[in-house]
Amino acid sequence: MANPLHIVVCAGIVPDPLQTLEPVVTATGPGVKNELVLPAVLDPWAASALYEAAHLAGKWPGSKVWLVSVGPKAKLQQVMMTIAQKAAFELVAIDAPIGGFADAEATAQALKDAIAGIAGLDRERLLLFGGWESASRGAGVTLQLVGERLGILDQFQGVDQIDLREDGSFEVAERVEGGRQQVSQCAGAPAVLGWATGNLAEPRNNPQLGMTNMHTVMPALQRAKRMDLSSNGLHYLSVSLPKQQRLTRVVKDATPEAIAAELAEWIGAE
Amino acid sequence: MSTATMAATKPMLTLPGDAVRQIQWRFADRFDLQMLVQSARSVARGTVARLVASGERNTHEWTPGKEAMLEAFDRAGVTAAFMEPEEGGFIAGPKNLALALSAFELAWVDGGAATASLASFLALSPIHERGTQQQVTRYKTLAAPQRADKDGETRKPWRGAFALTEPIPYVGVDTGMLSGKVEIAEWKESEEPWLKVDKRGRFITNIAFADFVTAAVGSADPRIKGSCVVILEVGDEGTFDRGVATKKLVHQLSSTGDPIFSLKVPASRIVGGYTVKDGVIVPNFNHSEVIEAVFRRTRVPVGLMTAAKLLSAVEPVIRYQRERFRGAEGAKPGSIRYEQGIQQREDALHRLVDIWATGEAAASLGFAAARLFDALDPIEKQKNAILKERGVQGGRAEIKALRESELRAIELLSLKAGDERRAELGADPLVQFVLMDAEANVLCPATKLWNTGHGANMMREAVSLMGGYGITEDCPGFLGAKWMDSQLEATYEGPEAVQRRQLTITMTAEIFLAKFRVWIHEMRAIAGTHAGMGACTLASAMEMWLWTLKTLQRATDPEGNKLYHGQRQGVTFALADALCWMVASRCQILDVLELEARGVEDAAAGEGLEGTVPFLSDLCHVQAARAAGETARICAELVFGYNEHPSWSDESHRGCFLASELAAYEGTMPGISAIAIDVLAEDGSHPQKAGPCASCAGNGEFLRMQNKLTGCLSGTRLAKDRAAETVKAVMIPAALDYPA
Ligand SMILES: Cc1cc2nc3c(=O)[nH]c(=O)nc-3n(C[C@H](O)[C@H](O)[C@H](O)COP(=O)(O)OP(=O)(O)OC[C@H]3O[C@@H](n4cnc5c(N)ncnc54)[C@H](O)[C@@H]3O)c2cc1C
Repeated sequence: MANPLHIVVCAGIVPDPLQTLEPVVTATGPGVKNELVLPAVLDPWAASALYEAAHLAGKWPGSKVWLVSVGPKAKLQQVMMTIAQKAAFELVAIDAPIGGFADAEATAQALKDAIAGIAGLDRERLLLFGGWESASRGAGVTLQLVGERLGILDQFQGVDQIDLREDGSFEVAERVEGGRQQVSQCAGAPAVLGWATGNLAEPRNNPQLGMTNMHTVMPALQRAKRMDLSSNGLHYLSVSLPKQQRLTRVVKDATPEAIAAELAEWIGAE
Repeated sequence: MSTATMAATKPMLTLPGDAVRQIQWRFADRFDLQMLVQSARSVARGTVARLVASGERNTHEWTPGKEAMLEAFDRAGVTAAFMEPEEGGFIAGPKNLALALSAFELAWVDGGAATASLASFLALSPIHERGTQQQVTRYKTLAAPQRADKDGETRKPWRGAFALTEPIPYVGVDTGMLSGKVEIAEWKESEEPWLKVDKRGRFITNIAFADFVTAAVGSADPRIKGSCVVILEVGDEGTFDRGVATKKLVHQLSSTGDPIFSLKVPASRIVGGYTVKDGVIVPNFNHSEVIEAVFRRTRVPVGLMTAAKLLSAVEPVIRYQRERFRGAEGAKPGSIRYEQGIQQREDALHRLVDIWATGEAAASLGFAAARLFDALDPIEKQKNAILKERGVQGGRAEIKALRESELRAIELLSLKAGDERRAELGADPLVQFVLMDAEANVLCPATKLWNTGHGANMMREAVSLMGGYGITEDCPGFLGAKWMDSQLEATYEGPEAVQRRQLTITMTAEIFLAKFRVWIHEMRAIAGTHAGMGACTLASAMEMWLWTLKTLQRATDPEGNKLYHGQRQGVTFALADALCWMVASRCQILDVLELEARGVEDAAAGEGLEGTVPFLSDLCHVQAARAAGETARICAELVFGYNEHPSWSDESHRGCFLASELAAYEGTMPGISAIAIDVLAEDGSHPQKAGPCASCAGNGEFLRMQNKLTGCLSGTRLAKDRAAETVKAVMIPAALDYPA
């Protein structure tokens, strides 16, 4: 059996996507209306990464998973009460007022510093996991930046599957345009994998596991360093939600071909 | 006690979140409980809310959807919360607070879901509280859900039902009227006897799917003594008929029905075991002893269900009020009509403040009771061990043996801080037991009675704030359903009369009253450092209640019958009601003080504290005023209501002035004619009414207290106004976090 894996999962928390999210301008820049009171969840793409990591680690004895998360401590704690029941991990927490509009550079730097500070982490065996997207604004670059800063050059984005071999090499399926996947071979760790949804269902709650995780989660939260992420001069001119459109017209007796043609024309015009 | 160390007051920005609640309800350092809260919440606001929203409550039968809800409980870890780690659970030690929190979270969305979850625990409770070790291990292990980390297992957890209530005319409020019977079916020499159990149940929760039933039965055989609780299993020989589903108007996500059992079971199914004396089976516990231990604990989560519903109403009501006029031509964004909607109107705000304050008080009372039972459980075991060692066993002998501990406890309560006997008395486990026990004997029925009974009234208020929407199935937060449901919470596991009956006895226990006196001092001391919480008002009401109780205990009616007497429920029940108002208000105040003291150290809660604490304090004040008002009203009616109204014929009208006398006095006391009432004419004729106004002679002490109490109400409406301002401004999410 190959060397045990060291998997670090970068996962932020986001307002529950089921809520109505409305961008507003606050004293400190753009934000989400009522963000304080919105229930938080682990970023769904990153959550897939965590479940995949836990699953992988479970198959390779001696492997270990760290969850690195930047976010307001109180919300992190609340989210951990659920997440800790779903996968075995050690938490590394950074207490920062992060909304959807934090600068990806600054966030990546904070994550990199935290990862570099993990005692016992073997960078040669490191698989850096995270979401390729985010349910917040989703700059889509944070994970790449962390990887670059850690000097990890093998990077995969939109990952749906990883097949690890005994010798430590693996095959990765990434999403590409047109609903297709690109399959790559990688000689082994270290590598960055930005996950799409993966293949696993959300694990059921395991409170016993939660209790075990809590022995490290609570101290990690207590230890969490308070940081203000610098904006690096980033400022937003305006923010708005993607527009939803609904145009309804009542038409009788149109043929399927005519409807299809009209739809294609409409999509093309958008 | 803490003194305020917080920064200047600011408005409360958000509804109190988990960080605040964890401190108030004292589980900030219990991550097992925090996990359970999140798990229960995810099922409640996910699976359960979807079921309710899709109309699953419109069926009486047990449906696949409802079954899926139980499975969701199992998956989330809600079912395992009752078990010990070695039985498949994850919470070690007493679980009263755990079950209370879980019921609270489920009832936040639907009471029936909470009932379905609690009923299995209710069935296990007789076994948990009084069962033999073998019974405990067998049934709790069977009832534990499959562990998530044991992939290969496909076992379905056993579910239970608790069958006490019987078809009319038998067991209801009166649990002594048992018609269910147990007799000996077979008893072979040196073998375990077999029992024949015949029991019909009425309104039995979980019955549609129960794998086992704990049933209360009386002996119909001279070879079995008294009564007991027996465990019935679905595979037992004989009839296990689940009966028809009850056509409930409430809690339809739980299963209820009237089963019929006629089964043969081994005697080892008697809960708590038995001994054989002179050829007679003597159960170690009769059915009353078992159910007393059970209900004492399981009634608390029921009270918390109604508390959750009241607090859950706040957000949907605020949203409805604010958005009421949006979209209308005259209500442009930015206009008051658009932004504030119905919240422009004072009454709408004030009524919501009342609902909110009630919810806070109910939650504080219920969680205080749950925590108390967590503390009591190990001490009770210790007490049992000590008494057993001393050879003391059973009801009367135990009461006698604990008498001395009670006296020591009362002494402890009377000692000043710093007295060296305090440490010695306080360390005595028997003293600790009697103190906690006396308090639990009041807090449990108070939670069940006040939270559900008064809570139901306040849920109606919440419904009314939603207008017509409130009484539709579409009402956000399901408020109409929650209102109706609270009537069941007030009924099952002992309706209000049962709780009042219990309080009649427990609230007059010497040791409780000694504690109550300490509470009065405690409230006065709090008032010294925290003027705006209503603690002083409450202390004055508590004094009045105590005085009234003492007076009524000595008083008789005009016919010479005792006023404070078990049969005289008009007196005793009313005093019990008044007490509940006050204990709830006290717990509410203590929880806000805890938040203030501990919150500043807590990074998570600390942030908004300078807004949250003053707001919650204002709610305390509002609630204390209401509690004091209720107490004053009840006490006045009891103190004066049993005096016969004076009539013109008896002695009492001697105090009246004659018209000629008044004319003479007018010279020295100008104006006296204007204030004198009941003036007699020269011929002795009197005004046209039944008798002279009752003078209050002899009750000057009461009037003094009443006067004081009235003065204590100063500032309470100002507190309500401030709270209303917050209700108008507090931030809420754009949508409820569960479907409606
Ligand atoms: C949905 C539902 C689920 C239930 N689940 C269970 C279960 O799982 N297991 C179980 O064993 N039972 C269960 N019950 C039964 C429930 O506990 C009883 O309905 C309750 O104890 C009251 O009994 P009763 O209905 O016979 O009322 P009654 O005894 O007829 O009392 C009716 C009313 O009369 C008055 N009254 C009666 N006695 C007195 C008194 N001594 N002093 C003053 N007033 C009095 C009170 O106002 C009382 O509310 C359930 C009931 C319902 C509706």
